Amino acid sequence: MGQILEINGLTKAYKDVTSIYQMSFTLKENKIYGLLGRNGAGKTTLMHMITAQLFPTCGDVKVFGEEPYENTRVLQQICFIKESQAYPEYFQISDVFATAKSIYPNWNDGLANQLTQDFQLPLNRRIKELSRGMLSSVGIVVGLASRAPLTIFDEPYLGLDAVARGIFYDRLIEDYAEYPRTVILSTHLIDEVSQLLEHVLIIERGELLFYEDAESLRSRIYSVSGSSEVVETYMKGKEVIHVEKIGSLVTVTLLGKKEENNKKQAESLGLEYVPISLQKFVVDLTTKSREKVVKGQ
Amino acid sequence: MAQLPEDGRPIFVQIAEKIEDDILEGRLMEESQVPSTNQFASFYRINPATAAKGVNQLVDQGILYKKRGIGMFVTEGAQEIVKQKRRELFYEQYVVTMIQEAKKLGITIEQLTEMIQERG
Repeated sequence: MGQILEINGLTKAYKDVTSIYQMSFTLKENKIYGLLGRNGAGKTTLMHMITAQLFPTCGDVKVFGEEPYENTRVLQQICFIKESQAYPEYFQISDVFATAKSIYPNWNDGLANQLTQDFQLPLNRRIKELSRGMLSSVGIVVGLASRAPLTIFDEPYLGLDAVARGIFYDRLIEDYAEYPRTVILSTHLIDEVSQLLEHVLIIERGELLFYEDAESLRSRIYSVSGSSEVVETYMKGKEVIHVEKIGSLVTVTLLGKKEENNKKQAESLGLEYVPISLQKFVVDLTTKSREKVVKGQ
Repeated sequence: MAQLPEDGRPIFVQIAEKIEDDILEGRLMEESQVPSTNQFASFYRINPATAAKGVNQLVDQGILYKKRGIGMFVTEGAQEIVKQKRRELFYEQYVVTMIQEAKKLGITIEQLTEMIQERG
């Protein structure tokens, strides 16, 4: 299958901070990727470089085999929906859609109309009169209806409630199933999207910590709890992500190897084995271990 | 839309099990058409590739079969195949865990047998 994005030694450094450091990876055609990490991890900087809105300090980005900078052929195949997308204030919603239609060759009016109804968007209302949620919905309509071969959503849901987010996920899956494309979803709401993702990229402090098949990663992450001595015995030689102590009870988050039967091993020691969600894993991975002291014990 | 539980098992396994349940309980009859992988993906809000993996697993086991250009169907005799498969799992999944839990609680095998007989 074709590669649509190739990143090599990509670095973005500012005067006193490096936001992306020596990052290299490739993305394949027609898959859904999750770009996960905390605020400030470098996700948005990375997406800005992929979409030619920011120059790298060094390293290179190739999208569809070409440099994206001032390259119309490449840029009309990328649709990037940002957290706070700025449209001209005097535009009506219909003007935004007309502009998008003129940029993206695969734009589909039928889908745009359907989504407009789903989100109950008033087409002739001006951008400056829209609520935060409506603005986000406009972005989602553009992102989906453009059917761009590389579609990137960077926290597209500011102001959207659970129902509207549900509509977004449903329409994304339906349309992607029929018109496959590469989608990058960058979000904090990992639990909501984890089952949509085929691969996950976890970024922390400008570095790519994980790039793995979502299902494979999910099967490797778990936690065990028990008394500290037993847990410590169990932990030996294993990759420990996070440790939490409450009195004499210890809970550790671990990253197992695929072929190991971690569950059996833990349970044979009398430890409690719990599979954990991708969201908990990312939180634990990017939080420093802390000791919880329960008072009064 | 239905949500699959986050129980640590791969999603494609859970999808395959849901389809098997439908066959076992007669919601999906033999020789009837099953929803497409895209319909499964939308319904469970999962990646279509994952849904396809679950469905293909059942094709490999002879529980579903593909009719070219039409879709996916339940094989004749599928219910029996699923039953056989589940019976093999039954001992590990239910009997062994039940006895383990009973031991923890100090329930004897005799008491356990009695409970089963009462219930059955």
